Amino acid sequence: MALLEVDDLRTHFFTREGAVRAVDGISFSLDKGETVGIVGESGCGKSVTALSIMGLIPKPPARIVSGSIMFDGRDLTKLSERELEDVRGREIAMIFQDPMTSLNPTLKIGTQITEVLDRHFGMSKDQARRRAIELLEEVRIPRAAERLEDYPHRFSGGMRQRVMIAIALACNPKLLIADEPTTALDVTVQAQVLDLLEDLREEHDMALILITHDMGVVAEVADQVAVMYAGQIVEQAGGEELFDRPEHPYTEALLGALPELEGENVREGRLVAIPGRPPDLIDPPEACRFAARCPYAGPHDTCATVEPQLRELRPGHWVRSQHPASERTREPEAVPS
Amino acid sequence: MSAKPLLLEVGELRKEFHARSGFFVERISHTVKAVDGVSFSIAEGKTLGLVGESGSGKSTTGYCVLQLMKPTSGSVRFEGRELVGMGREEMRKLRSEMQIVFQDPYSSLNPRMTVGDIVGEPLLVHGVGLRKERGARVRELLDVVGFNPGFSNRYPHEFSGGQRQRIGVARALALNPKLIVCDEPVSALDVSIQAQILNLLKDLQRDFALAYLFISHDLSVVRAMSDDIAVMKDGKIVEAGPADVVYGSPKNEYTKALLASVPVPDPRRMRDRRTERRKLAHALTEG
Repeated sequence: MALLEVDDLRTHFFTREGAVRAVDGISFSLDKGETVGIVGESGCGKSVTALSIMGLIPKPPARIVSGSIMFDGRDLTKLSERELEDVRGREIAMIFQDPMTSLNPTLKIGTQITEVLDRHFGMSKDQARRRAIELLEEVRIPRAAERLEDYPHRFSGGMRQRVMIAIALACNPKLLIADEPTTALDVTVQAQVLDLLEDLREEHDMALILITHDMGVVAEVADQVAVMYAGQIVEQAGGEELFDRPEHPYTEALLGALPELEGENVREGRLVAIPGRPPDLIDPPEACRFAARCPYAGPHDTCATVEPQLRELRPGHWVRSQHPASERTREPEAVPS
Repeated sequence: MSAKPLLLEVGELRKEFHARSGFFVERISHTVKAVDGVSFSIAEGKTLGLVGESGSGKSTTGYCVLQLMKPTSGSVRFEGRELVGMGREEMRKLRSEMQIVFQDPYSSLNPRMTVGDIVGEPLLVHGVGLRKERGARVRELLDVVGFNPGFSNRYPHEFSGGQRQRIGVARALALNPKLIVCDEPVSALDVSIQAQILNLLKDLQRDFALAYLFISHDLSVVRAMSDDIAVMKDGKIVEAGPADVVYGSPKNEYTKALLASVPVPDPRRMRDRRTERRKLAHALTEG
């Protein structure tokens, strides 16, 4: 049985202008110890998906309007706030983009780790301190015992993210959700933190949901990749399959828009830009949400009138488009960039 | 190096910041060498990419080149003329030849000015043309950067990040500069929008023979834009040369570690790259 099973989740924000359909019918599942990468650009709903799983969406204005989130046999959307508090931190932990704002600047690092151990396990002060040192050592922070006495500002960005990971690991969660965990970090530190996450995931047999805007970061860690666009999953496949044979025009465009590090003629060439912007999620079209920017949507297609469903093109490879790469018969329309 | 004449020559550039302490008697408690003896040159119509991590001194270098910050020592020659120590008035005239595009299109545009006024301001300041001519020039500039000139009476907050960055580029182009310092021009943008702006910068370079000092932390972006690349660390250039050489066969251990750290969208190569990173870990320090 899957550890986490999200089924037709819809999280909408009810604003004065109307209901913003931030997450609009997404489904995915995750086995024990597996990694899923959710990738997409700003506003695609990837973070709201994570917050919905954690029960951390701001209510109001947001509300889960339908769908279920089965975690280890329980539907998280049906739990009371009190019950959720026991799941959060204990069984599902989360780390965020900005390690500075997610640590309390007025409390020593040691206090911030031991309070988790006290809340969920009722450990004694001494026990908790010893465990905190172990945790800092596990995330490879040198001189762990001394550094428990330091405040967050004494740590660099990368070290702060390591502290956040230590806090997340404190209860040996079954699932870790990492929301843009390395976006604020320099590239060398990012690589170190990603490598650390991967090692820890293996050692603890922990499942991981990695949320990022960076196709490269997803490729580094994910077994499964879900590409999100305008509140929906538009393509989902195994990591190697997705990067070898992308099907959705949006996925292809995202990959084409990335400048290559090692390619030839990158200086002379142009990048594949996607014209326009994602649709307004207050009143999204009852159609393919990418149609307006899609180079393959022709005037005689039903792209602009019928909403495509996710379909399985190859085993495990799902696409929401009328024009996946392997079924195309014509060249893209010339679109100005 | 190319045969084109050199537009910008920077020699032994240094910028130090002094941290002061004490109340009645101020004293310098320590000195930060943000830029520590940097030399490079850019030929007409070419791009030098300056790449490095945060705190490497790359942005400070850009500001010192434009004399937006006064260098502690060193020389900056633009078309053969020394800018360091140049008089105010003379420098003001030269500014029309050197412009800058900033990272954050949200904070670098005055929210109380219309798009048209923002783009036209450099023309006004430098006393170019009559009111009517300036209006025509603004429309032309907006058109060049792919921004609908019909929106020139609107305000920056009405536009997305990519559109705002187009406004910033149009403003930088207003005075027909020869050099534009691009300071992380696409770092705040989503990847699909980033590609639009990078393509725009490429087109403008070709059409107007612009030279760029292209500053970025993103190694792939720098590669896509640059003829030559200089890698900075702790205020110094650790390696420099033609883009293909620096990226294709890096000599410096830090450059190698930097390149091995870039996430590449190819899961098959992940293991190799991870092994390589472990080998190069000694070249990096984390505080």
